[in-house]
Amino acid sequence: MSDYTRADVCAAAIADAFSEDGEIFASPMGLLPTLGVRLAKLTSNPDLVISDGESVFLGGVPPLGGKDVVEGWIPFRRVFDVVAYGKRHVMMGATQIDRLGNQNISAIGAFAQPKRQLLGSRGAPGNTVNNRTSYWVPKHSSRVFVEDVDIVSGVGPTRAAQAGAAASRFNDIHRIVSNLGVFDLGGAGDTVRLVSVHPGVSVDEVVAATGFVLEVPDEVPVTREPSYEELLLIREVLDPKGLRFKEVPND
Amino acid sequence: MSSNRKPRDKRMSIDEVVGSLESGMTIGIGGWGPRRKPMALVRAIYNSDLTDLTIVSWGGADVGLLARAGKIRRLVYAFVSLDSVPLEPNFQRARQTASIPEVVELDEGMFQTGLRAAAQRLPFLPMRAGLGSDVMVNNPWLTTVTSPYDEGHGHEELVAVPALRLDAALVHLNRADQHGNASYLGPDPYFDDLFAMAADKTYLSVEQVVDTAGLTVEAPVQRLLLSRMMVSGVVETPNGAHFTTCTPDYERDERFQRAYAAAASGSDEDWQAFHDRFLAGDEASYQAAVQANTLENAR
Repeated sequence: MSDYTRADVCAAAIADAFSEDGEIFASPMGLLPTLGVRLAKLTSNPDLVISDGESVFLGGVPPLGGKDVVEGWIPFRRVFDVVAYGKRHVMMGATQIDRLGNQNISAIGAFAQPKRQLLGSRGAPGNTVNNRTSYWVPKHSSRVFVEDVDIVSGVGPTRAAQAGAAASRFNDIHRIVSNLGVFDLGGAGDTVRLVSVHPGVSVDEVVAATGFVLEVPDEVPVTREPSYEELLLIREVLDPKGLRFKEVPND
Repeated sequence: MSSNRKPRDKRMSIDEVVGSLESGMTIGIGGWGPRRKPMALVRAIYNSDLTDLTIVSWGGADVGLLARAGKIRRLVYAFVSLDSVPLEPNFQRARQTASIPEVVELDEGMFQTGLRAAAQRLPFLPMRAGLGSDVMVNNPWLTTVTSPYDEGHGHEELVAVPALRLDAALVHLNRADQHGNASYLGPDPYFDDLFAMAADKTYLSVEQVVDTAGLTVEAPVQRLLLSRMMVSGVVETPNGAHFTTCTPDYERDERFQRAYAAAASGSDEDWQAFHDRFLAGDEASYQAAVQANTLENAR
């Protein structure tokens, strides 16, 4: 079982981002975040409230794409209620993220006529000033980790502080997990800081793939290896089809 | 004076709905992304002479189609997505060529708050969403309001989300009676009741019109989302949300959606061929073309 993959490491790192959340709605966007949240619920944090990503809370922990006992109703309108209520931790994607922890999923280029239109800001502005928010980046590069995002969808702590107490009061950018490492906003002046590098990744590699000056502590730990139990859960229970390798290839 | 002492029969045709709309109107479209969209009505607008519309939508192919047809003067949205095809190609194309003159991108929750303000006949409602983000920068007319109360965190400065007042709302539900009482049978009401209350007129398309008693035969009363007092017209459009979901009547037609997305992101000829095959005629010919296509694919 020591032959874990990078995707397994990422799943465990994402699970760790939710391990101390207690009884809140864990709201993962996308495949690896969903896998990580379900892993956390089966290991470190059984109190997590999870959904099918559509409209119901699940009482158990099904594999990716699976069904389970329903324990509640969470249509989109109630998601907005829970965002404002605050008992929620969302992990979103990020097409761009900058040194100050601002995120962009809206468009690349100028807003008036983007070079590439993306989804739109979705719930990122509201999420980031209401409930804990983390980001997942499956392909760490200097095109994602940029000096300044083109459009601020998700609000980092500096922008939130500038907007006033109403914005900063619940702003809580918790973790950024990428295929190369784990980051937080603990750097000087609330900037992105390297928390750990995944096994087999060097600090230099991470720095080279980051388009801004990353805060790197003197001692950078290695992201922990997934446990035997976690590997069993990932492989046998949650993702037997290996869907995770579509996001983080096994090379 | 009516002698039968019953509420009005509001059934109308798709053409009558489109005929009651005018160029320049602000039109809200219910559903959510690729879910339970009033596509039969949207297709009819796509083929109509209406222009200069303000479209208010948590968008999917409704926005894509109307953008492609050049119907939109002003678009109010928080996202436009087909989910399984994350980026809506017709919307992307419109944005990247700046063919929609005015674009208002809001946060998803702000959008709900704006509809709520309109439904409550308020000029705005306060909320945190938007603070610090470029939603405030790209919509410089959006402003904040200072709380008159100090609950121990100072007088908080919040976004004053303006009411999203609609001239007309278009929504698609599973069942309705001829008077406009309507139920959703799927997992999520989305925000169709808010759209209806934010609008001067609401036009409702449904899978099936049943008698009033029929509405609660198989469904609990909590599924009655719209009251007839919110509804101006009822159109029976079986498969009328196609290719979006209308659970439990049908799920999303993923295969057709992929074909739509491929045509929309392809050459002008690709789109023209898709248009000619599916969109150029009326709703009956659309449904016939879809059925023929499905049979062809099954072979």
